[in-house]
Order: sequence, then structure tokens, then C-alpha cells
Amino acid sequence: MWTLLARRILQAIPVLIGISLITFVLIYYLPADPARMYAGPSATVETVARIRHELGLDQPFWVQYTRYIGRVLQGDWGFSYRKQIAVTELILSRVPYTLALTLGGIFVELAIGLPVGIASAVARGRWADRVGMFVALIGISAPPFWLGLLLLYWFGYLIPIFPLGGAGSPVHLVLPALTAGLGGAAWYARMMRSSMLDILATDYVRTARAKGRAYFAAVLRHALPNALNPVITMAGMDIPWFIGGVVLVERVFNWPGLGRLAVEAIETVDVPLILGTVIFTSLLVVFSGILIDVVQGLVDPRIRYGQH
Amino acid sequence: MDITQLDPHRRSVADLSPEGASPGRDAIAPGEVGYFGLIWRRLRRDRTAMLGGMLVALISLAALFAPVLAPHDPAEQFRDGLTPDGQPVPSTLLTDGSTRFPIGTDANGRDLLSRILYGAQVSLIVGVLANTLAVTLGTLIGSVAGFFGDPLETLLMRFTDVMMAFPTLLLAMALVAILKPNLWIIILVIGVVYWTWIARVVYGQVLALRERDFVTATRALGAGRLFILVRHILPQLVPTIIVWGTLGIATNVMLEASLSYLGIGVQPPTPSWGGMIQQGQSYYRTAPWMVIFPGLAIMLTVFAFNLLGDGLRDALDPTQRNRM
Repeated sequence: MWTLLARRILQAIPVLIGISLITFVLIYYLPADPARMYAGPSATVETVARIRHELGLDQPFWVQYTRYIGRVLQGDWGFSYRKQIAVTELILSRVPYTLALTLGGIFVELAIGLPVGIASAVARGRWADRVGMFVALIGISAPPFWLGLLLLYWFGYLIPIFPLGGAGSPVHLVLPALTAGLGGAAWYARMMRSSMLDILATDYVRTARAKGRAYFAAVLRHALPNALNPVITMAGMDIPWFIGGVVLVERVFNWPGLGRLAVEAIETVDVPLILGTVIFTSLLVVFSGILIDVVQGLVDPRIRYGQH
Repeated sequence: MDITQLDPHRRSVADLSPEGASPGRDAIAPGEVGYFGLIWRRLRRDRTAMLGGMLVALISLAALFAPVLAPHDPAEQFRDGLTPDGQPVPSTLLTDGSTRFPIGTDANGRDLLSRILYGAQVSLIVGVLANTLAVTLGTLIGSVAGFFGDPLETLLMRFTDVMMAFPTLLLAMALVAILKPNLWIIILVIGVVYWTWIARVVYGQVLALRERDFVTATRALGAGRLFILVRHILPQLVPTIIVWGTLGIATNVMLEASLSYLGIGVQPPTPSWGGMIQQGQSYYRTAPWMVIFPGLAIMLTVFAFNLLGDGLRDALDPTQRNRM
């Protein structure tokens, strides 16, 4: 287990270096001048030049990059040009919101997706299966931001159960979490169904049933744990997309999370904030990937002992 | 004379895909139909796939003939397209029974139906071209990494890992913001963001293919590696390319809509479905049609390509039937 963890963390290092490098290259070739953005439109050419020098923006690429990484490793992510607040402070103030939305969304995905998938596999070919999978395909095809607005219209405006956006209480979380999770729920229902069908056809499930185990016991005790495996793998690959979706959901519900911070940073060419939010979310993605691998190792001994 | 033609049941499609579908139903005499004829036969039996195909055809026709079908110019702001106090007008079919604005107008008094029809052009152009780019890049990188081995393998696949670790939409947003949004940049960015998935799939397949006997045999005959890759490996990837070439369009239509919704996609006045929803968001309480109809258009398009792609996957690889 520990070797698996150590190996995955070591593998993550080049990925993180790659991410920071690519992000830095993108910013470096930004056509907008960050020094001009920092100084404001009315600043003189001399002021802009002085600011460019002070911010180190006149240095060659590798000097800027290594300096930046050195500071980031010491916990100094710089100051937002726009807000004059430390980037780390801005990011950390948004993390709880994004975390709540992400966990809520994942809960919706699993709580709806897995049971529907299992039921569909068990009822294979019957109308319940067909209807379930048809609805799931529609769920995958609906844009999340559109679903969010429809939910707002129905359950925030027509039937005012939930607030029309913003954050602050658990009630505020319901509609955003549903929006973030429904598409994924449909996706997991399809994954779970196909994975379940594979396992239900295996010899050991047939043996379990031949030995007289009740059908649902065979399904839940023998088939389900093995069927979960490919689904967990999928969850690991899905995280970057999920976080992308969160950006959209935050926009719909005016949710003060990391995604909105990143969008604002990109719109205002706030270089330290763009770097900070993109690198931080990528860190989240990489470490969730590691977490998923560890969970998979816990579920499946074959992976734990490195025979995979 | 080919003796197999005497007994049509002796050889079946199983020749094309070893663990093929039931020989009785699919049985054909060789030479009667080609590979693609066979795929078409299987596809035609799949009702949901045919529904998807028909929807794709309909949407494509709507996009192509938008100038003929649209009741109005999509950019024209009508005086009667707004209520006296400047609000969007709901469907005139419901208010006075006329077909002037069949599904209402937007906040600028423009005809919503016309804008949705023209929006189909943007969606399909971006979806198809971006996906062509993604499939080309993905196939190229995945097959080279899988076939030629190290050091190219490590280099290319690590790079793929890095690209996959970026939050997809954020990367696309950052790229668009840097390059300034226009139609071609959107296509380029979506293609550049999406190829990693195809590269992973192709890479896995090529890894398995390069160990197969026919590759060893061809190499024993003295064939060069590039020759083997192009003439023997790539043709085996055709089913994968067809399936991803269809399913990927669904994903890319969605990505374009998302970027446009965030205001960094296709820029106004060009009508795009995502952009229409962005504008509609400020009016969703009083004019919900501004949000509902463009969303339905996105959903229908994505749904159609998903259905067709799923059907193609089943038709091209019967061993995968009844999977997701």
C-alpha cells in the first residue's frame, strides 16, 4: 500500500512540473501586457517600464519561471495585480465553497448513478432498463449550465423552495450540487450497468447462485465489489472534466468558488492569480487521482500488491 | 469458383470479428457485401442508432439550409420583437396565433428560431472540425507512442498525462483568452484540449496490436516499421476512429457551447447556442424561452451524436454489445 502511494506521488512530480511549465509558457506569450494591466490605463510609459522591472517581467523566461517555482515552493504565490491580496489567501478563501460543491456533486453522482446502473443491469433488456438508459443518455446530453438554469427557474422561481443563487447555508448547496452531479449520475449509471453486466456473466457469480445464494445476495455481495473497479478508474479520469463542469455551475449560481476566481483572473489578465488558480486546481486534480488509486488499491488486492 | 459460396452458413461475419454475433442472423456469403456494407446492415437493425442518425441528418440539413428555413435574418432587431416596455416577446403562436416569432424573441428583439437555426451552423462546424483535429492528433500521437516504443513512448505519453491533468475547461479558457476568441481559434483550442482521450485509447490498442502475429510476420518479410504502422496497424484502428469521430463531436459541441456560455466562445453577433443561453440567463424569470430553446438544441445535437456513436460502437465491435 505504502509503496503504491510513494510510487504515485513520485510519478506526480513530473506531471506537476509539466503543468506549471505549460501554464507559464501560456502566460509568457500572453499578448496583453501584465505590467500595463497592473499600472492602469493612465500610467505613463516610464511607470509601466518601472513596474515591469519591479515585477521581474523584463527577465528572460527561465529566470522568471525558476524564480516563480522557487517562491511557490516556499508558499509565496504572489499578489493579485487587481486586488492586491495574496493569491494564497484568495484561493484558500474559495476552497471551502468549491470543496462543498464538489463533494455535493459527487454525492449526487453516486447516490443516483450507482443504484440506477445496478437496477438497469439486473433488469437487462426489460423496459425499466431501456427507459433508465434512455433517460441517462438524455442526462449526458444536457448542458449542465442549462440544467442549472432550468432548476433555478422551477425550484427557485416558480416554486420558491431554494434561493436564487449565492452561497451561505446548506439550502444554497442543493440546486448547485444537483446541477453538478446529474450529468455525472447519468454517466455513472451507464458505466455501472455495463460493468455489472460483465461481472454478472462471470463463472463465480454463476457458482454463487448455483450454490443457492439468493439472487440479490449474489448481485450485491459477489458482483458489486468487482463491478465497482472500472467505475472507480473512470472516476479518476473524470475529475478534470468534473472540475471544468464546476466552473460552469459556479457561474450559473453565482457560487463564490475557485472556478469563478479563475474566470475572473483570466478575464482581467491577473497573471499571478491565473497561475495560482490553474496550478492549484491542477494540483487538486493530480492528488484526487492519487486518492482514487489508493482507494482502488484498498478495494482490489491485485492492485495493492502491484500485479496490475 | 469459391466453394464457400455454396454454403452461405459456413462462413459468417465471425471472419471479420472473431467473437462475432450469432452466425445465423449475420451470415452472409463473402464477397456479397464489403466490410462497410456489413457494418451498415448491423447498424440498420439498431433502432436507437438509426434514430440518432436521422437526427444528425436533420440537424445537418437545418444548419445547411438555415438561410432558407429561417423566417428572419438572425441579426435583425425587430421593433415588434420587443414589448412596449422593452421585454422579449413570447411565442406569437401562443399570443395571437401568428407565425411571426414562432418561439419568441431575445432581449434585442431578434427572432429566436432564426438564431437557433443559424446557431446550428456554428455548433456543427466547430464540433466536426475540432473533432477531426482531435482524432488526427490523438491517432498520430497514440499510435506513434504505442508502436515505436521508448523514448518516444515515454515522452509522448507523459505529455498526454500532463495535458489530461489540466482541468479541461480552464485550460480551454486560458488558451482562448490568450489567443483571442474567433471561430478558428475555438476549433483549434477544443481540438488541442480533446485529443488526449483519443491518444490514450489508440495507444492501448496499438500496444496490443504490435504483439500480434501478423505484425511479426510482416516484419519477418522485411517490411519497414513505418510501412507496418501505416499499412497494417492504422487500418485496424478504423473502428475506433469512426466511433470516436462520432462520439467526440457530441463532446466538442458541448465544449463549444460551454465556452460560448462563459462568454469566451464564438463572439456576438454570430449566433451560438451557448451565447444565447448566456444572454438568456439575465431574463430567465421573465423570458424562460430564451434559455429553454437554445438548450434543447444543444441537448438534441449532443444526444443525436451520442446515439449514433453508441450504435456504431455496437455495430463495429459486436463483442462490446450491450456495454455502455
